[in-house]
Amino acid sequence: MDKFAQLLVNGLLVGLLYSLVALGFVLIRKGSGIINFAQGELILVAGYLVAWFLTDFGLPVLLAVAATIGLMALLGLSVERLVLRPMENESLLSLVMATIALGIILRGAVPLLWGTQAQDNQAVFTGSPFDLGPVSIERVNLWATLVVVAFLVTFGWFFTRSRLGLAMQAVSDDRLAAQSLGCDVRRINAAAWATAGAVSAFAGFIWSQIIGVNSGLLVVGLFVFPVVILGGLESISGAVVAGLVVGVLESLTTGYLNTSLPGFGPVAPLILLLVVLLFRPHGLFGRPDIERV
Amino acid sequence: MGIVATQTGKFYDSYRREFGLHPTRSNRVAAWAAVGVAFLVVPLVASDYWLGNLSTIGVAALGALALNVLTGFTGQISIGTAAFAAVGAYTVGNLALRYELSPLLTLPAAALLTGAVALLVGLAALRIKGLYLAIATLAFQFVVEWLLFHWSEVTGGVQGVISVPRTQLGPLDLNDPLGKYLFIAGVLGLCVVFVENLFRTRIGRAFVAIRDQHVVAAGMGIPVFRYKLAAFFCSSALAGLSGGLYAYYVGLISSEQFGLDLSVRYLAMILIGGLASIPGSILGAAFVMLIPLFLRDGLPNLGIEFAPGTQVHVEQILFGVAVLCFLVLEPRGLHGLFNNVRDYFRNWPFSYKGER
Repeated sequence: MDKFAQLLVNGLLVGLLYSLVALGFVLIRKGSGIINFAQGELILVAGYLVAWFLTDFGLPVLLAVAATIGLMALLGLSVERLVLRPMENESLLSLVMATIALGIILRGAVPLLWGTQAQDNQAVFTGSPFDLGPVSIERVNLWATLVVVAFLVTFGWFFTRSRLGLAMQAVSDDRLAAQSLGCDVRRINAAAWATAGAVSAFAGFIWSQIIGVNSGLLVVGLFVFPVVILGGLESISGAVVAGLVVGVLESLTTGYLNTSLPGFGPVAPLILLLVVLLFRPHGLFGRPDIERV
Repeated sequence: MGIVATQTGKFYDSYRREFGLHPTRSNRVAAWAAVGVAFLVVPLVASDYWLGNLSTIGVAALGALALNVLTGFTGQISIGTAAFAAVGAYTVGNLALRYELSPLLTLPAAALLTGAVALLVGLAALRIKGLYLAIATLAFQFVVEWLLFHWSEVTGGVQGVISVPRTQLGPLDLNDPLGKYLFIAGVLGLCVVFVENLFRTRIGRAFVAIRDQHVVAAGMGIPVFRYKLAAFFCSSALAGLSGGLYAYYVGLISSEQFGLDLSVRYLAMILIGGLASIPGSILGAAFVMLIPLFLRDGLPNLGIEFAPGTQVHVEQILFGVAVLCFLVLEPRGLHGLFNNVRDYFRNWPFSYKGER
């Protein structure tokens, strides 16, 4: 029972972090209608950047994270400007391929810049884990949870109340209609990519504190897909719920099945994804597209 | 784009002519020239080194052709081609190793079995489309990768390494680079003719109709789901065939050869070569396979060397940049580029810059 409780809590904590990664994805989807297959690579770059600022420059934590957020927002902006804007009216396949190609470039660039070895990881959140009866919680996870909740609340507010957030939703819903209502579509797309870059910077920082600065950060990006399919591609609350579900599922399958089915943990959410698509072709919270000729 | 002949100045006096396999004389000349070069010139002049490279390109071209049937012609995105190639490769591996069957039996078996798997997957996956299908095939890719790694009864033990025994096929010795090359080129040629003919038939034209407007296609009486399934079957059978050929070519298959990056490579091939273009599939495959070759063997000849370990990353970056350049600058790929150049010379000196 203790094992179950610990696995459950671990799953929930990790799941919240998956939601954070998925948030970057959802932002891009909501703000520009593009499916970003390079989310894992953004996390990877951000993780290496933070470690670089912390160790090589010796910056204090807050400054390092702020610098990373700035650089990642810049990266997001330049991606939008250089790659996606010239491809404005291309087919879905081209856009998908463009983000995949972007991911490949980033994946090649990181080892060229920082080498293939895992970077030194300067632990920022030190101290012993909290003991809550049968379960214990690492300090990193506690901080991460606070930050994630703050982020999610902010973005929830942003998309339902703020002018820019509403404009982003309008653009992703129908570009042409939004444009004719006076939204500056290009500026909004750029804003979406910049924000997504900044969120990815934060996610990269937190994840690198947990699993270290290495190519494992890429794998994190993989969990985005089960999360967003389960939660709907454009729903922030969906991403939170689905992130928790995926986290718990992975934690429980890894905890109980690892001896009989080694390595099945990360695959289980993907199988869940396929099952969900089989019964709900537009995800649990997604709505079916209405198609006209 | 394959089916509709839109070249300026070409008129057909009957439908029969328009739907001929090679409707113009230059088409026919080009086709026979390609056959001549592939089966007469190359075997005479190419060294073992180039025969090997051409064989890899041939195998890749078959995979790209397979994906083009599904993605280019039918409009269904798949990021799981490598998984289907893996099914074909392991079918060939098991049949050749355990039952010592000849390639004439193992390759069709690989194609059929892969097609059968595709039908199962397709029953679920093809209810969805667009990016949901892309994500579903991506998930399928990872599930298959995990299976290859852990299902040791089928994939031959640790990490799915299985060796294919060397075989002889009639006069062709499949141990020898020339034999391998001729075998691969022959199968590729047959598949090219098959796909060319497929898109002259009712079935193939229904595929194209589904790509262009699936609602209208349904309105015209095409059972969309059944035809999508058929396209998925054809495409996956060809992908399985390509995996099977690969098994014969390398002789030793392992699970990591069929990872996500291979699927991405196939997508890049058809985008670089040209969507819905059969010559484009082959050109794109050649382009993508020649990038690493150029970096590994071409640049050192020019006196440029990379530090050990960096070459693979440079290759990744170059590959990504090449894909992006094609997407942004020439979305119709190498085939489109070729058409532009040809049209320029056809109209020269009376070319004018009209609407494209």
